[in-house]
Amino acid sequence: MNSEPNPIDTYPHWWRLLFGRFTLESLPLHEPIVVGTFIVVALGGLAVLAAITRYKLWGVLWRDWFTSVDHKKIGIMYMVLGIVMLLRGFADAVLMRSQQAIAHGGAEGFLPPHHYDQIFTAHGVIMIFFVAMPLVTGLMNFVVPLQIGARDVAFPFLNNFSFWMTTGGVVLAMMSLFIGEFAATGWLAYPPLSNIAYSPSVGVDYYIWALQIAGVGTTLSGVNLIATIVKMRAPGMSMMKMPVFTWTSLCTNILIVASFPVLGAVLALLTLDRYVGTNFFTNDLGGNPMMYVNLIWIWGHPEVYILVLPAFGIFSEVTSTFCGKRLFGYASMVYATVVITILSYLVWLHHFFTMGSGASVNSFFGITTMIISIPTGAKIFNWLFTMYRGRIRFDLPMMWTVAFMLTFVVGGMTGVLLAVPPADFVLHNSLFLVAHFHNVIIGGVLFGLFAGIYYWWPKAFGFRLDPFWGKVSFWCWVVGFWVAFTPLYILGLMGVTRRMSTFQGTEYQPLFVIAAFGAALVACGIVAMLVQFAVSILRREQLRDVTGDPWGGRTLEWATASPPPAYNFAFTPMVHDGDAWWDMKSRGYKRPLEGYKAIHMPKNTGAGVVISGIATVFGIAMVWHIWWLAVIAFVGVIAATITHTFNYDRDYYIPADEVARTEDERTRALALVKA
Amino acid sequence: MSARAPVSDGRHAETVQVEVVHDHHEAGHGSRKEYITGFVLSVILTAIPFWLVMAEVFSDSRVTSLVIMAFAVAQIVVHMVYFLHMNARSEGGWTMMALIFTIVLVVIALSGSLWVMYHLNANMMPMSPGDMRTMP
Repeated sequence: MNSEPNPIDTYPHWWRLLFGRFTLESLPLHEPIVVGTFIVVALGGLAVLAAITRYKLWGVLWRDWFTSVDHKKIGIMYMVLGIVMLLRGFADAVLMRSQQAIAHGGAEGFLPPHHYDQIFTAHGVIMIFFVAMPLVTGLMNFVVPLQIGARDVAFPFLNNFSFWMTTGGVVLAMMSLFIGEFAATGWLAYPPLSNIAYSPSVGVDYYIWALQIAGVGTTLSGVNLIATIVKMRAPGMSMMKMPVFTWTSLCTNILIVASFPVLGAVLALLTLDRYVGTNFFTNDLGGNPMMYVNLIWIWGHPEVYILVLPAFGIFSEVTSTFCGKRLFGYASMVYATVVITILSYLVWLHHFFTMGSGASVNSFFGITTMIISIPTGAKIFNWLFTMYRGRIRFDLPMMWTVAFMLTFVVGGMTGVLLAVPPADFVLHNSLFLVAHFHNVIIGGVLFGLFAGIYYWWPKAFGFRLDPFWGKVSFWCWVVGFWVAFTPLYILGLMGVTRRMSTFQGTEYQPLFVIAAFGAALVACGIVAMLVQFAVSILRREQLRDVTGDPWGGRTLEWATASPPPAYNFAFTPMVHDGDAWWDMKSRGYKRPLEGYKAIHMPKNTGAGVVISGIATVFGIAMVWHIWWLAVIAFVGVIAATITHTFNYDRDYYIPADEVARTEDERTRALALVKA
Repeated sequence: MSARAPVSDGRHAETVQVEVVHDHHEAGHGSRKEYITGFVLSVILTAIPFWLVMAEVFSDSRVTSLVIMAFAVAQIVVHMVYFLHMNARSEGGWTMMALIFTIVLVVIALSGSLWVMYHLNANMMPMSPGDMRTMP
């Protein structure tokens, strides 16, 4: 517990009334690393704002992007958010790797323990909630409506609102870097450490409100995509004719809707403990901290599958496209996905085998965990059999897929190893575990997302990504991953626990230095990826794809133009086959050139930005105990929401001649390509 | 919404009826009689537990709480049938499917948590070495 005098006590009463527990001492001016980061971020931010003003882009950004209800634009905004946050999360990773590379044998390193604790917490929270989730949600948002031949998602405004709620959570998490501090509790904020007695500062409150606000967005976008997939498929597309990515998205969103309320509830209980002195998770007065651990993993384990199922979908699409074959075992792929969806709710205890349940509980959850690897293994075989005797084109998405299969299988096997309770008693909380989950999340989720970005980029922007820089990035990432995490497996087997900021001896140092070198390689991979984006945008004319189908695609998103018009499809396609577009092409599909009708579309609205902006202010007020502002903001959220329900100006028609003009332009472009 | 539109595939040259935006197979919104039945039932199902507690009908409070939970489940069913108009056919069976899935997950989460926490409690409470040796 903090025994220093609290600076707030020296402030006058009116200050506390006005600013809650915010003091000038809350600004981390005494930490040179943070101040330096702040200066760099502030200069960079100012440069971006100045550039936007200089080129008069504010209007464009507001009208065409921030207020847009177009699922494609919202999807792209999610991707941008995820990639920006990847840089932040990776910066944390670099700090940790370099600290652990030097702090051996009496050396203190450059990060004091309290700062180090915040860094590993922020790294975990940001990478899961603000990198992986936005990237996954972004891809689903962009691709799913196109794959099922829909004009937009079921609730377009809700989609925009969800995005901005996620961004609100990001704002809170980023704010904590410069104003106050972040949680120092580890990414799941276990009590009793996260309770008020041991974490009296604002860190855990930032954590709670960032996740609550972003969680609203995630849950609503889950509802939205389920409704879209269930209700808005093109005629003829029965459930068993849905593309695999749509199937995995459906299952992921079902998991989101079923599990995120549990996260919300458990964080709400922790909030009550911290704010009004209840005793749900305290050590005394009838509280039970292990109940928090139990509840949060009921959300936490499905979350793992929320992330990885869409990646499995991406690999399925990529494999069948780049092997020029129908996916092997489509039905088994679907059943495997559904089985994983259900089984993911039966394994949560494997995250805390060591908490003291008896042998019967531990063996039950150990066995269910091993069972869940069976449908996952079936998927791997399906991809391999799709490749078998296929005409494989090793473009980048396929390279990522192969790298995934090699990497993920190792991660899966170390997972099964950890599922054996006696082994887990040895490896729990060790670097072996850290290596394992990075092995499945980087090797599974991230590789999948990179494959997906490269695969669907031409659809989103009308030009391909530069393959050279993509390959540089690929090799740096894959090699870098293995160099960074193999030492962690070894260190874990040697008994090194996670979350250590210093080591007494020097015997571990060589392996940590190798791991740091791996992180540097990954950094090259990230830089190469950014260079790839820049180079591709500059060379977009050479990389242009007019056909809308650069890979010889099989599913409906490749049937329309790249980038697709606002209405996606001039005519709703009829589906007769699982690989709908492949089927249409093989039957000599001709684009209809006339008979266009006016198209009914949802209208942009700023309500999403406004409501989630006020919700973010509410979060900030709650973190700093600025009660007057919290009340006003809470009332404001409700008032703005009710006001929005009175907005009847929600839709418009794209006139038939405008549709005709857009489609004719495409006809001409296609004719030029053929000639 | 149903519109005549040329279908963009090779198989059908002619135009056919295409369901374009949403299909409207939603459940009905219920009649006044249904709402009143539901209201009366839920009032009764609320009143009985109150009576059970206030009149101390059962001497064992555990029995009371179990009976109240049974009434709570009945209350949920009443709400779903009379206020949410759920049946096996609404929304083409999707509501039923969602309900079954929800029940499965809630049962897993609740019974699993009870089992896990009970086991933890039994194992981690202070005990004599003799008790320790006979643990499962």
